[in-house]
Amino acid sequence: MSFKTFKIDDMDLSAAEDDTILQVAREHDIFIPTLCFLEGLSPVGACRLCLVEIKGSSKLVPACVTQVQEGMEVLTNSERLQKYRRMVIEMLFSEGNHICAVCVSNGHCDLQYLAQRLGVDHNELPYLHQQKPVDASHYRFAIDHNRCVLCTRCVRVCDEIEGAHTWDVMSHGIDSQVITDLMQPWGDSETCTSCGKCIQVCPTGALFKKSKAVAEMVKEHEFLPYLKTMRETK
Amino acid sequence: MAQQISINPVTRIEGHAHISIQLNDAGEVDDAHFHVTQLRGFEKLCEGRPFREMPSLTARVCGICPVSHLIASAKACDELLAVRIPETAIKLRKILNLAQMVQSHALSFFYLSAPDFLLGMDSDPAKRNIFGILEREPEMARGGIRLRQFGQQLIETLAGKRIHPAWVVPGGVNEPLTPEKRDAILAGIPEAKATTQRTLEWFKSILGDYREEISAFANFSTMFMGLVGPDNTLEFYDGQLRMMDAGGNIINPNIPPYEYQDYIGEAAEEWSYLKSPYYRPVGYPDGLYRVGPLARLNIAERAGTPLADAEMEEFKQLSLQERMSSFYFHYARLIEILHGIERIEELLHAPDILDPRVQATASANSPEGVGISEAPRGTLIHHYRIDTQGIMTWANLIIATGNNNLAMDRGVAQAAKHFVKGEKIEEGMLNRVEAVIRAFDPCLSCSTHAVGQMPLHIELLSPDGAVVDQVQR
Ligand code: SF4
Ligand code: FES
Repeated sequence: MSFKTFKIDDMDLSAAEDDTILQVAREHDIFIPTLCFLEGLSPVGACRLCLVEIKGSSKLVPACVTQVQEGMEVLTNSERLQKYRRMVIEMLFSEGNHICAVCVSNGHCDLQYLAQRLGVDHNELPYLHQQKPVDASHYRFAIDHNRCVLCTRCVRVCDEIEGAHTWDVMSHGIDSQVITDLMQPWGDSETCTSCGKCIQVCPTGALFKKSKAVAEMVKEHEFLPYLKTMRETK
Repeated sequence: MAQQISINPVTRIEGHAHISIQLNDAGEVDDAHFHVTQLRGFEKLCEGRPFREMPSLTARVCGICPVSHLIASAKACDELLAVRIPETAIKLRKILNLAQMVQSHALSFFYLSAPDFLLGMDSDPAKRNIFGILEREPEMARGGIRLRQFGQQLIETLAGKRIHPAWVVPGGVNEPLTPEKRDAILAGIPEAKATTQRTLEWFKSILGDYREEISAFANFSTMFMGLVGPDNTLEFYDGQLRMMDAGGNIINPNIPPYEYQDYIGEAAEEWSYLKSPYYRPVGYPDGLYRVGPLARLNIAERAGTPLADAEMEEFKQLSLQERMSSFYFHYARLIEILHGIERIEELLHAPDILDPRVQATASANSPEGVGISEAPRGTLIHHYRIDTQGIMTWANLIIATGNNNLAMDRGVAQAAKHFVKGEKIEEGMLNRVEAVIRAFDPCLSCSTHAVGQMPLHIELLSPDGAVVDQVQR
């Protein structure tokens, strides 16, 4: 395996050639916001929150799926990036109905954390969200589509780790939504094993345990990398 | 010429409202109304949401008494779960509810109403507020501020947040009490008690100066409604919903929670967005009743705690006629604060108060739930229906202040007829009309008015709507 040397925010670094910018940044405690990325799941580069600047290129690249290159100079926190990141969050708030105050995940939500950390204190975009239903047909779990940011973490964990592929995405643009099986009520799904992994990886209060009241839903996904290693070494 | 005076907005109350006073051709008050000018539509908002969101969602109805909504809502949700709530959780919820009552009553008494008693009904409105009291009677003002703080801090200690805590959940509360927290709360009790007792003594000593207000402040016979505990003691969390008639007779000792709609009707009047509840068996509008501190003290036979028991005995020496005056809401509030502090102390000393079993878990086992509790301002009812999956299909809330709507409206008319004379608007007389409303301590929304700002606008209108005279302060 060959190694590359490069810079992130003026810090001289080296890493294995197949490492991503995000991996290296995390190893060195350099903050890059992420939403769709989750350690243990395959990266999809969908949310665009992890965009970074490469000196000499006008194109921004997603750190979660971009491998390091010899001599590259990465900027993770330029003003341009800050602006785009805020815009991404604002668009999520425009598309979904995220009322933190009455959300099961209030205080434990990736989206809420990112909004605060990135300084989103107001929204300049018009609110475009329509009222979406809550599917509470499963005996233990429920999904509130109003709070889904379409990161597809649930889809991937269900497919890649549990192997059930109950979740998928349908439709386009603002009408997109995650579905169970062929858009049946979750409670009627024949493939769902009720393992609850999707609940734990969901970054917002979209997927939750029905037994939880406001602010009670704390997600745990530390199990994921271990599960993945176990599966791979079997 | 017939004219109309309007007081808009009414100051030093929670929320937005205005008062209109109609003069007849002779320049005497013909009629007056209390208008609530906001509409919030919370019930509709609840539909389609998981029922477990209800405590936090409905608590947003109000930033002054969110805890009351938390309690009534959680009780309605408990019914949906159809399980037994752990004893310790009930005690903890009771403490929280009482703390809310103490802080809310302290706000009403010291911040909103005491300026009238201490500085005088006719004093300069620019100074007639808590800052004016701070100048004149710093001891009293500080005591009041500290007392409110006691309640607020208790809420924060128990529930983690002062304004919108999420600690009360369907099935109980989500964290047990620790010995440290218990001791921290207990440490504040002696001072809170002493302040309340001192204020009570002072208030009783000045009652004589307010004979006129007592007789004309919404002083009419009405029914009273409120919860009572075992042995007819004061109760805020549970108990029997009781209706007393104007003669002091209990006409309904125990309105069954699920049948409240058979007893309480809600009329809509064109002069207000606030619905007017009335007692159905008597009909509308004669079925007018009052709730809140005065109602509770009239209905309960005793407080159930020693110091408040003695105060209540003294209160009960007053004739029934006197006890009908809404001016005594203030008196009742102080007695309730005293009782609340005593009860909090007692509950904190309960042997099982630190028990870690504080939440029963279950799914949506029942299609319908009713939760009734006493908010600082009176009886509060939350009523929910859900589908088999636990999604809300319907909600009905009867808010404490709403229960008093008809009485406030009639009280305004009574005070206006008594105090407003002729076409010239005088500051003191209008303040008295407003003070009637303040005696009920209505909470019309989730916002308080900024202290010191008194945007009162009074207009005299001729029948064709032309402004004949106006006063702005
Ligand atoms: S439900 Fe949660 S995990 Fe699934 S796509 Fe939506 S936000 Fe992501
Ligand atoms: S985290 Fe990289 S695109 Fe979402």
